[in-house]
Amino acid sequence: MSTGSVQTIPRKRRGTELFLLLAALVVGIGAYVAAELGYNGAVPDNLVQVAGGFAALALAAHVAVRLLAPYADPVLLPLVVMLNGLGLAMINRIDLDLAADNRPEGPFAGQQLIWTLIGVIGFVAVLLVIRDHRRLQAYTYTMGLGAIVLLLLPLVPFLGKNINGAQIWIGIGPLSFQPGEVAKILLVVFFAGYLVVKRDALALAGRRILGIDLPRGRDLGPILVAWLVSLAVLVFQRDLGSSLLFFGLFVVLLYVATERVGWIVVGALLFAAGAYFGYLTFAHVQARVTGWLDPFSDPDAYFQIQQSLYGLAFGGLLGTGLGQGDPTLTPFSYSDFIVPSFGEELGLTGLMAIVVVYALIVERALRVALLCRDAFGKLLAAGLAVAFALQVFVVVGGVTRLIPLTGLTTPFLSYGGSSLVANWAIIALLLRVSHVTRRPSPSAAPLAADDATQVVKLR
Amino acid sequence: MNRPIRVLAVFCGLLFLALLLNANYVQFIDAEDLNSTSGNRRVVDEEFSRERGPVLVGEASVARSVASKDDYDYQRVYRQTQLYAHLTGYYSYVYGRTAIEDTANPILSGGDSRLFVDRVADLVGSQQPSGGSVQLTIDPQAQQAALEGLQALPGGPRGAVVALDPATGGVLAMVSTPSYDPNRLASHDFDAAADAYDQLNKDDDQPLLDRTRENTWAPGSTFKLVTAAAALESGRYTPDTMVPGGPTLDLPQTDRVLSNDVESCGSGDITLTMALAFSCNVSFGDIGLDLGNAALKEQAEAFGFNDGSYFDDLRLVASNYPADAPGALTAFSAIGQYDVAATPLQMAMVAGAIANDGDVMKPYVIDEVLSPDVELLERTEPEQLSEAVSSEVAEQLTTMMVSVVEDGTADEAAIPGVAVAGKTGTAERSEDLPPYAWFVSFAPADDPQVAVAVFVENPDVPREEISGGGLAGPIAKSVMQGVIGS
Repeated sequence: MSTGSVQTIPRKRRGTELFLLLAALVVGIGAYVAAELGYNGAVPDNLVQVAGGFAALALAAHVAVRLLAPYADPVLLPLVVMLNGLGLAMINRIDLDLAADNRPEGPFAGQQLIWTLIGVIGFVAVLLVIRDHRRLQAYTYTMGLGAIVLLLLPLVPFLGKNINGAQIWIGIGPLSFQPGEVAKILLVVFFAGYLVVKRDALALAGRRILGIDLPRGRDLGPILVAWLVSLAVLVFQRDLGSSLLFFGLFVVLLYVATERVGWIVVGALLFAAGAYFGYLTFAHVQARVTGWLDPFSDPDAYFQIQQSLYGLAFGGLLGTGLGQGDPTLTPFSYSDFIVPSFGEELGLTGLMAIVVVYALIVERALRVALLCRDAFGKLLAAGLAVAFALQVFVVVGGVTRLIPLTGLTTPFLSYGGSSLVANWAIIALLLRVSHVTRRPSPSAAPLAADDATQVVKLR
Repeated sequence: MNRPIRVLAVFCGLLFLALLLNANYVQFIDAEDLNSTSGNRRVVDEEFSRERGPVLVGEASVARSVASKDDYDYQRVYRQTQLYAHLTGYYSYVYGRTAIEDTANPILSGGDSRLFVDRVADLVGSQQPSGGSVQLTIDPQAQQAALEGLQALPGGPRGAVVALDPATGGVLAMVSTPSYDPNRLASHDFDAAADAYDQLNKDDDQPLLDRTRENTWAPGSTFKLVTAAAALESGRYTPDTMVPGGPTLDLPQTDRVLSNDVESCGSGDITLTMALAFSCNVSFGDIGLDLGNAALKEQAEAFGFNDGSYFDDLRLVASNYPADAPGALTAFSAIGQYDVAATPLQMAMVAGAIANDGDVMKPYVIDEVLSPDVELLERTEPEQLSEAVSSEVAEQLTTMMVSVVEDGTADEAAIPGVAVAGKTGTAERSEDLPPYAWFVSFAPADDPQVAVAVFVENPDVPREEISGGGLAGPIAKSVMQGVIGS
């Protein structure tokens, strides 16, 4: 696990982060004001409270990073603050529209701001509790079990809630929560911890066919289990997106851990088999595929994707301007379809900017993985990056008709507490790995404070 | 593990690249198609609230957009709806666009490529595009005369008037009664618009139907102009050729008998001119049988029958001349009965072609297309559609038609001091339904400025008093006077 030629200069760069953060706040709060101006022609009444509150949250996160992870990557936090702010601005703007049309949904913006508060608290808590990511490796199987329990929770009678056809919610009183979002993080930790231990066996044995090292039959167990669990998610929870995400995550991490392309081949074949099985067995999967190939064949059945495409096309190159489009014509314009809402009002230009921000987050996260010196940290950071990338690809690709539509939330933008909290936690974990990686090398630090020795002791 | 992570970075980069390329496809390349898909509410809403350009008749705007304070920024307002509703059509949120609102939509809504420079300026200034205007060929006086003439008939019957400039094909008057109020359909109160639409649709008088062009009726004796044209064109007839008069014509192979309605057709042979002047069915039935169905069809098509495609500015139903008529039914076709059916516009074109040395001009109603800054973008150039008859035959027909007015059945259309060429028509339907009354004419005969067709669908007068000359002639006269006088 040598970092080889990669040499990092231990600089904190918190000033850079603060500067970028202020720029991100200008974008987010600017969008909030622009949307209200566009919609009402007036500056929002609660501008000081909302903007002040949001800025205070962002600055609190920044201060937490300064204190708890001073050597962490300086770009990630400003990027997610910007997305979170844009999301709030759009949700608030959609609230106005929904209220004007007397629609039953909403308002969402207030709740989303509270969830942002909870997300930032979670972010600080993760940084505070997990002082070194390598400690997580000790809880590999606990995490795995936790993930399974969380995934199963929505199937528990009286606790689980079926919302819009997917059995992926739990309801506690008036609150709804998607445990799958948190399970995603636990799964990444579990996969990373598991593969660090097993990777040698999975990497070395096998035979070579057509230039590709294929694994031994007996080593196929773990991937088959992951495959079956993913299929179970599809069958019992009707959650196409999560199913795809979990399996894709495992296969990619298997490849990273073993450096063997063969696992990708096996994974792709299993995915194809699973997808075909799903297509043959489930009407809702078939509907998604038809809605992707020919969304205009049935005006009612594929209403969502049609409206999404209309909205995007209507936005064109430059968009209608915030507050001046009609995003609420698309169902779930505040959650699953928030990206088309941005495409409509900010145009192709704005949508591409948002996609690039996501790409930057993913590439920064992979950079963290690249620079990280321990195998577990590498797998953890790479896993979080891939989970994030796959999720963005599946949901943005779905609503823009690049791939069939699957129900996943858009990280940081779309309305939804579980997603927001989970994604803030993901960023906290990445910053933690980044801090541990970039801080001055342990030789310069007092030996007693080096937690890495404890990990070695456990294994 | 660094190599797979680098591969992963490239892979994720490709995923995001795919998202970016796809966004470019949807929002740029495919956007135009998506924006023109029917049922795209965003586009419908946006277009509906746009400031559209006005429709102009003379100096007046008969359709224009005024600022509105409800969900949509502009309300379309129609004026003088009794006169112009069928020309402007309506722009309803629920029922779409009709007539000029529809055919001139690219200009009126500002989407036309000729307004491209304005559009770029709008884009930069983030203004909504505003539309250009269209100037109609309509002569307000002729239009007014046509409406008043139809409304003055007893019972205010269903009817239509078309007046053309014979030399250009420009429509000078185009009136259909009863009319309707497009403002009610264009209302932003969609429930009220739906009520109005239902009410109009249930009305037995079909006020939404433009009788000048959206339906055909048997033209009756006015079609004898086409038969006479075919006869003269054949070279076997002159205006002085003797043709059978008398009370009846026995039709071979049928038990039907063709009879003359008037006694003026004599008891023996009469000249072709006289046969036309007194509209003798027997004579023209005989000529039809003599010429044959194919020759009549060819002549009818030379005037524009069996084709609805030549009128660019408004939707037109093709007038019909049957491809073949069993046995002796060609005799009925020759007098504008059986399966022969024409729009009033078509019959005005027949008169117009005779007035215009035999050349049929392509009809048009949009004279000029103007930019939002009232700059001229396009002026319609008159275009010849076909040559229906030679100029000699046209001259002969003109002389014959003048004698119809001076000596024959159409003295009601005579204008003092002006030579009027005309032809009456009374098309029989069944025993219990009143016949249609027709009149086609042009004036002045020596220098034609206007060609008119008048059609009355359900005259509310005793059956024996219905005649094309009596009912429709005076209307044609006042329309012609409106044009010549102006």
